Amino acid sequence: MRIGIVCPYSWDVPGGVQFHVRDLADHLLRLGHDVSVLAPADDDTPLPPYVVSAGRAVPVPYNGSVARLNFGFLSAARVRRWLHEGRFDVLHIHEPASPSLSLLACWSANGPIVATFHTSNPRSRAMTAAYPILQPALEKIRARIAVSEYARRTLVEHLGGDAVVIPNGVDVSFFADAEPDPRWTGGAADGGPAVIGFIGRINESRKGLPTLLAAMPAILAARPGTRLLVAGRGDEEEALEGVSEEVRRQVEFLGMVSDEEKARLLRSVDLYVAPNTGGESFGIILVEAMSAGAPVLASDLDAFRQVLDGGGAGELFPVEDAEALAAAAVRLLGDPARLAALREAASRHVRRFDWETVGADVLAVYETVAAGAAAVEEDERTGWLGRLGLARD
Amino acid sequence: MTTWIWALAAVVAVGLYLSWTAGRLDRLHARIDAARAALDAQLLRRASVSQELATSTLLDPAASIVLHQAAHAALQADEDHREVAESELSQALRAVFAEPEQALALRAAPGGDEALHDLTAAVRRVPMARRFHNDAVRAARAVRRHRIVRYLRLAGHAPFPMAFEMDDEAPASLTPEGAPQ
Repeated sequence: MRIGIVCPYSWDVPGGVQFHVRDLADHLLRLGHDVSVLAPADDDTPLPPYVVSAGRAVPVPYNGSVARLNFGFLSAARVRRWLHEGRFDVLHIHEPASPSLSLLACWSANGPIVATFHTSNPRSRAMTAAYPILQPALEKIRARIAVSEYARRTLVEHLGGDAVVIPNGVDVSFFADAEPDPRWTGGAADGGPAVIGFIGRINESRKGLPTLLAAMPAILAARPGTRLLVAGRGDEEEALEGVSEEVRRQVEFLGMVSDEEKARLLRSVDLYVAPNTGGESFGIILVEAMSAGAPVLASDLDAFRQVLDGGGAGELFPVEDAEALAAAAVRLLGDPARLAALREAASRHVRRFDWETVGADVLAVYETVAAGAAAVEEDERTGWLGRLGLARD
Repeated sequence: MTTWIWALAAVVAVGLYLSWTAGRLDRLHARIDAARAALDAQLLRRASVSQELATSTLLDPAASIVLHQAAHAALQADEDHREVAESELSQALRAVFAEPEQALALRAAPGGDEALHDLTAAVRRVPMARRFHNDAVRAARAVRRHRIVRYLRLAGHAPFPMAFEMDDEAPASLTPEGAPQ
């Protein structure tokens, strides 16, 4: 099958959607499909052979932060050329409702179009105002995929209609087969000092590191010698502001880690804590932790609750409640049987997130929309005529 | 003179808008047709895989009769009774595969693994195709409800689109998360 995938975010910037697109393309290529990815990228970035650059993304203030987006005449022309040369059986667009390459692609194509909705942001004013303009483009999408039940609910509320839920994929065996690192290995299983892991940008408060640091004194009081390993970009001094000397001694910053190091870290720790405070629509890191066999303790966000099977595959604590976090961590670290049970439950639960399962589901969607339909073509109606119509809608 | 030019411009603009809306509706109807064909194909596939399984002697006689009856009814149902017949096939499949042991036993039998694989794929795709169909129906209905579309009959003779409502829940032991090891 000839598959065209559009990634709205810059290929040179790491991010959840980019990783998802990369892994999906790798998986489809391994199965022998013909895949081309259109993504914004700087001209001097080395790209994998299947990625076509749509030019540089422009930083624009949008929705309260600076987003790097592609739009305008040149980008639209590149999208059209890519569509024309690709002759795709299926066009798979990611995040189509943002003003980006994805929306341009959706606008200029016709035929079997599949779209994946990643975020579950509350509806913005801009979106509300743009709705009549978006609607004609979005109604061309023949199959919608939401990455979680939570994302699906938001999608239904904002845009109406329905979507199938296909979670983000994880290469489970990559994490399950990683070698534990003795430097990071904890001893909670036989009553020794434990190791807690945290991965995420350390200065971004919605990743929740402050909550975890606030819980550390109580954890140390109950289990002296417990270490906290923090992996992720950011300013360490800023993160440790106002933290006691006693806690500082037990915190170790690992900086940015590679995928291999991340897998080894997750294989080694006694407990992985995800204290995020909101803004998550999926929680791929929890799936990675579960794949590596790390027991998970996460804040009770809708998205996390769902990834953790309602609490069956990992424990939950009230969002931003450091006391509850400390109590749950102390209880878990002192209960090797419960930790083992969580590992066992998690390894069973992650099967649904494995690329084998997820990839088969995505392909099933492709086949459902492409069966009997003509290939993707350029939409001839989006010239000045269409634009006039749009403007008056 | 300028009044006339403005009036002419307005008439042209309204005409363009109407033609564009008619084109948009046309495209939505084409999308419904494609989605409906895909749903038909997936329903037929599920019913025929069920029927094959029922006549394969891989299941016990009681389960075979239940499944065959439901699959046959789904394949023969006319348009008015199709939603009910397909829902009953879903219920029959859930009843036959209520115990995870049934899926395990089927997988162990010669040729059973393949049958199980086909059935798993079929019960997963029916809900997908149905969601895509009903989503297309919803989008077309939203446009057709516009006053201007109704008064000027821009939808032409296309019938008012109807959603396909049925019970399409898959048996738990045929889903990736519920499959027995």
